[in-house]
Amino acid sequence: MKSTDAILHTRGESRYVDDLPQPEGLLHAAVFFSPIAHGRIQNFDVSRARQSEGVVAVLTAEDIPGENQIGPLIPDQELLAEEEVVYIGQPVALIVAQTAETARKAAGRIVLDVEEYPVITDPREAYQKGQIFGTPRTFQLGDVDAAWPHCEVVVEGHCEVGGQEHVYLETQRARAVPGEGRVIRVYSSTQSPYAVQKHVARVLGYPNHLIEVDVLRLGGGFGGKEDQATPWACLTALATWYTGHPVELVLTRQEDMLMTGKRHPYCSDFKIGVTREGKILAYEVRHYQNAGAAADLSPAILERTLFHSTNSYYIPNVRLFAVSCRTHLPPFTAFRGFGGPQGMFVMEAAIARVAEALGMPREEIQRKNLLQENDLFPYGQRVVDCRARRSWDVAMETYRFSAWKKRVEQFNRKHFHRKKGLAVMPICFGISFTATFLNQASALVHVYTDGSVSISTGGVEMGQGLRANITTIAARALGIRPERIKIESTNTTRIANMSPSAASATTVLNGNATLLAIRQIVSRLKSMIARELNLSDPDRVTIHDEKVWYRGSQTGWTWTQLVQTAYGKRINLSAQGFFATPGIYFDKQKEKGRPFAYHVYGTAILEVTLDCLRGIYTIDAVKIVHDLGRPLNRLIDLGQVEGGLAQGLGWMTVEELLFDEKGRNLSSALATYKPPDVYFMPDDLQVTFLENADEPIGPYGNKAVGEPPFMYGIGVFFALRQAMQAFRPRKDYEFKAPLTPERVLLELHREEVRQGCLRPATVESARQSD
Amino acid sequence: MAAPIHFWLNNEELRCNEPPGLSVLDYLRKRRRLVGTKEGCKEGDCGACTVLVGELQGRQVIYRPMTSCLMPLGELHGKHLVTIEGINRPELNPVQQAIVQEGATQCGFCTPGIVMSLMGYIMQKGQVVDARGIKRWLSGHLCRCTGYRSLKAVAGHLQTSVGDRPGIENLIRNRWLPEYFAHMPRRLARIAPPVHRDGKPENRLIIAGGTDIYVQRGEELPETDVFLFNLMPKPKGIRLSGKALHIGALTTFEELAAHAQVRRLIPRIREYMHLIASLQIRHRATVGGNIINASPIADIVILFLALDVRLVLQKGRQRRVLPLRQFYLGYKRMDQRPGEILVEVQIPRDVEGCRIHFEKVSKRRTLDIASVNSAICLRSNDDGTIESAAVAVGGVAPVPLFLEKTSRFLEGKSCRPETVLQAVEIAMTEISPISDVRGSADYKRLLTRQLIIAHFTTLFPDKMQVREFYEVH
Repeated sequence: MKSTDAILHTRGESRYVDDLPQPEGLLHAAVFFSPIAHGRIQNFDVSRARQSEGVVAVLTAEDIPGENQIGPLIPDQELLAEEEVVYIGQPVALIVAQTAETARKAAGRIVLDVEEYPVITDPREAYQKGQIFGTPRTFQLGDVDAAWPHCEVVVEGHCEVGGQEHVYLETQRARAVPGEGRVIRVYSSTQSPYAVQKHVARVLGYPNHLIEVDVLRLGGGFGGKEDQATPWACLTALATWYTGHPVELVLTRQEDMLMTGKRHPYCSDFKIGVTREGKILAYEVRHYQNAGAAADLSPAILERTLFHSTNSYYIPNVRLFAVSCRTHLPPFTAFRGFGGPQGMFVMEAAIARVAEALGMPREEIQRKNLLQENDLFPYGQRVVDCRARRSWDVAMETYRFSAWKKRVEQFNRKHFHRKKGLAVMPICFGISFTATFLNQASALVHVYTDGSVSISTGGVEMGQGLRANITTIAARALGIRPERIKIESTNTTRIANMSPSAASATTVLNGNATLLAIRQIVSRLKSMIARELNLSDPDRVTIHDEKVWYRGSQTGWTWTQLVQTAYGKRINLSAQGFFATPGIYFDKQKEKGRPFAYHVYGTAILEVTLDCLRGIYTIDAVKIVHDLGRPLNRLIDLGQVEGGLAQGLGWMTVEELLFDEKGRNLSSALATYKPPDVYFMPDDLQVTFLENADEPIGPYGNKAVGEPPFMYGIGVFFALRQAMQAFRPRKDYEFKAPLTPERVLLELHREEVRQGCLRPATVESARQSD
Repeated sequence: MAAPIHFWLNNEELRCNEPPGLSVLDYLRKRRRLVGTKEGCKEGDCGACTVLVGELQGRQVIYRPMTSCLMPLGELHGKHLVTIEGINRPELNPVQQAIVQEGATQCGFCTPGIVMSLMGYIMQKGQVVDARGIKRWLSGHLCRCTGYRSLKAVAGHLQTSVGDRPGIENLIRNRWLPEYFAHMPRRLARIAPPVHRDGKPENRLIIAGGTDIYVQRGEELPETDVFLFNLMPKPKGIRLSGKALHIGALTTFEELAAHAQVRRLIPRIREYMHLIASLQIRHRATVGGNIINASPIADIVILFLALDVRLVLQKGRQRRVLPLRQFYLGYKRMDQRPGEILVEVQIPRDVEGCRIHFEKVSKRRTLDIASVNSAICLRSNDDGTIESAAVAVGGVAPVPLFLEKTSRFLEGKSCRPETVLQAVEIAMTEISPISDVRGSADYKRLLTRQLIIAHFTTLFPDKMQVREFYEVH
C-alpha cells in the first residue's frame, strides 16, 4: 500500500508543529539555560531581558502556578531551575517575545551567577559517592559462585560504551494556543501526548481535562521525544497561561543537542566462564549506567539492560547487576533499544574475549550457546517459539558464510595494511513495555454515512509507518479500500490515558485496539444485514472488496449501502476498542516473571575493510535474516530494519558523544557530531525475512520491528576488532565504543604512542579545528 | 536606501526590501511562510533546507542545489529561487514517485530537501543518471530514518523514467516539471544587474560563499551591513597565463574541481573534493573564502600551501601579491591590510609534472571536518631523487601549517622509507597539536606520521610500500 504520508512528504505538504498556519498574536519563546553543570544559584537577574524591545515576558520558576515538577518516574526534575542547577543546558528561564530572534537575543542579557560545586561525569565515581537513582538491581539464574570452579576457562573484562544523540531531523518543539475559559490546546512533537497533558496540567495546577494535546506527526523521535518533549510543551503552555497568547517554542539544533538527553553511556565489568569447547557455564556482569542529572526514564532503561544482558544465549548460571548513577550531564533518556543494546554489547565483548582465549572463532562460541526452546531467560521467562538458531542457520546458508569467510581470509593474506573483518551478530529482543501497566491502548473508530472511516488511536506517527499500518489493518478488518480510511491526529480528547509510542509496541497495541473497535461495528452490521435479508447465520456474513457476502456468495449489497441502511436504522457506527496485552507480569521483588509477550530474533553478518595505515574503514556489507512474523507493509518493515541498523552502526563507530570534565558537551552541533551519511552505509545491504513465524498476539501475525534491528549494528564493532587483529594480532584491544577512526589508529599503534616516538613539542592553547 | 532585491521565487517575480544578510531559509519560512523547506541544523550539515538556485548562463538557466540556511537573501538578485512548492505538479514527478515506491521516506522531515537535490540532478542536461550520481547528489543530506538503501534505490527508477534524457525541456515535455520553467531564461534576462551602494566594501562585513560565516554568526547577519562579494563584477573564472593558473577568489569548490586546467595540474582533485564537502556546499563555498576564513584545518588551503600558491590582494587599484605560505600570522590572524580583498589565487605552472597528493582523515569518512589533513607536492628525477618537496598539514597548529623544515629536508634525498621516517621526525618538531573534539594531540601526531607515509606510498608505489614502514620499526 502506498502511504498517503509518503506522498505528502515528497511534496513538502506534511505539516509539523511550526508549519501549521500561525494563529493570531502568536508569540515566540526561547529558553535561557544553565551554563554551569553543578552549583547553587546566587544572583539571577532577568530585568534587562524583560526590558528588551519586543520582549513580552520572562518567566522563571516563581511564575509557575502549579508544581515545578516534570520527572516521569521520580519527581526529581524541575521545569525551571529554582535554587540549584545540575547540568549544562538545564532550563532556568523562558523568554517570550514577538520573534524567536528577539527572545534569543534577550536571553543573552540574563545574568546568572552560580556558586560552582564539584561536577561528576563518571558513573563509577557517582556510584562510589552514593549518587544513584532507585536501588541497584540484580537478576540471577542458577548459582554463579558455585559454577566458577567447574569452568575450564574464566576471563574477565571491562567495557565502555558511549551515548548517542538522537538527531531526529525535527528538533523539539511545541505550540500552545489558548482556548475558551482556561482551556489550553498544545501542539507538541511528542511520542507521549498523555505525558505532555498530565505534566502541563501539573505545572499549571489544572485538571488534565483542561489541557488538550494534539500530535499530527513527528519528524523523527527514536525515543528522544518519549518524555523529553514534555518540558518544551510545558513551557509554551506556561507562557500561554501567562500571556494569554499562543506561544511557540522551536529549539535550534544546537540548543536541542545541549539541552536534551540522549542514549545512556555505560561502564561495565564482566566475568565469564566456559568449558574448553566453548559452552558458557557462568556469566557475571556489573553495569554502571550514566543516567545524568535526573532520573527521567533511566531506571526503566536499566531494567531492560538487565533483561537483555545475555542477548540470545542460554547461560545456566548468571548474576547481572545494574545501577543507575547520577551525574551532572543532561538526563539521559530513551533511545531505540532502551538499554538493551548496552547489555548486549557487553555479552558480545565477553564472547569475543572467550573466543580469543580459546583460540576459537567467535561465531563458534556464539552458535554453541544460542537459545533453544524451553530454555530459561535469567528473569524466569521460558523461551517459546525460539528462532535464534533458525535465523542463524538461515543466515549462514542464505549468505554462504563459510565461503564468505574464506574470501575474507584470502583478502587478508593478500593485503598488508588493508584488512577485512567479518562478524556475526544474533539478536533477541523482548516485546512489551517492561512496566506491565503500559501495555494497554485504545482506538476510536467512526464510520460516516458515505462509507468513509475515521480512526483515532493512542499511537503517534513518527516515521515508523503507524498510519499506514493502522490503515492496512483497518482496511482488512472492514473489507474496504484503504483510500476510505483516514488516520486522525493523536489527540487526548479522543483517546485518554494513552501510553507512549515506544517499546516497538505501537502497532501491536494500537492495531489490536483498532481491530477490537472495528469488530464491534462489523458485528452490528452483520446482525443488521442478517435481519434485513432473513439470513439464519449472521456469522457467515462477510464483508470484503466493499461488498457484503453470505456463505461465500454476493448478497448484492455494497459497503456504502450497508452503512447508509445501518444509519437509517439507528445503528451505532462508532466504536471504541481497548486492548491490554494478556499474560504478562513481572515481580520486582523476585526479579522474575513473564515480562514479554514474545521475543524477536534475527542474525546479521557484517563485513568491514580497515585501512590500518590511516585507521579509516568502510562497512562493505551487512546481510540480515530477521524474524518478522507476517509482514503488514513490507516496505515499512524493511525501512525499520534498515533504519535501525544504520543507527546501530553509527552508535558503534562514528557517533561520538563527548563531554569534558566540566560537563560541557563538546559534540553539540552537526559539525562535531556525525551520524551516518549516504557514503557511510554499505551498498550491499540485504534483508531476508523469516516469515512463517506467526505471532498470534500481533495484528494479523505481525511482529514488532522498531527496535530490534538497531542491535545488528553491534556486530560492526567485532568485525572491526577482527580486522585489527588481522593486522596486529593482540588480545587486549579495548572494548570501548564507539570505535572511531581515532580509537582504531591509536589502538593499532599503542606501543609507538606510549614509547613517545611522536614526542610532543610545546603545547599552544589556541583553537585549531575550525 | 538600497535597491530592492529583484528575483523570481518559483513562478512569482519579486522585488523585496528585506535585509540582504537575511538567510534565504528564514526568508522562506518566516517571511513567506513557504514551510515545505525545513530547518534541520542551520549549518549546512543536514540538507533539509535544500533549494534550487537558478542562474542565467548564456541562454539557459542552470539550477544548483544549495542549502538555503547558509545563503544571503541579497545574493538572489537576478536569480530563480525554486522551493518544493515551485516544482510540485498535481501528479508526482519521477523523483517523488520513486521515493514513494521505495518507501524512501519515513518521518518525512528530510524529504523535501532530498527531492530538491534529486530534481536538480535530473534537470541537468547531459547528466548520467546512475547509482553513483544519485549518491553524489544525496551527499549533503542526512536521513536518520531510512539507512539510505531505499534512497539509493531511487536511481533504478530514474533510469527507467528519465533514462538518458535528463534536462529541463524533457521534464517539461513529460509534465514532470511545471511549464513556467521554460520561461525562466527570458524572465531572468530582463532583470537589471544589482546596484551597489557606493560599491565599497570598507567597514562592511564581506561575505563570499557564506558557508562558514552563517554557521558562526548567522543570527547577526540580518542586521549587519553586509557586502555580498558574489554580486561584484566577478573575480570569478579561471585562466591560464605563462607562469600561473589564475583562479578568481570567488571560484566555488565545484567550479575549481570541474575545470580542465585545474584537473590537469591536480589530476585527482575530484577525489579530494569528494572528501571535502557536500555538493550543496561545494556549490557555494569559494576558494577565497576558504583562505580568508583562516581555519587551521581548511582543506583547500592545505592543498594550496603545498602548491605554493600566490595570493593577489586588492584595495582600490592597488594590488599586492604574496605567497600563501606567508599569509597566516596566528590563529585567524592574517597579513591582510584594512580594506584589502583577496581577489585571485595563482597556482604556479611549474607544479606541472610534480607529484601531488592530498590526504584527509575525519571521524566520518565524508563531509566531515578533518582531524588532520595533509598535502604534498614534489618533483623527483628518474633515479628517485627528490628535487623539490612541499608538505603541508592541517589541524596540528594554530594556522594551516606548511612544514618548512620537513620540506627542506626532503630535497635532494633519495626516495626511500628511511628518508620518509626521518622526515616524519622533523615534522614532529614542527607541529604542535592540541586535544579537542577532532582528536587527541597524540592522535594528531600519529596521524601526521601516517599521512606522510601515505603520501609516499601512494605517490611511489613502486619505490615503497606500507609494509616496509612496519618492518623498519
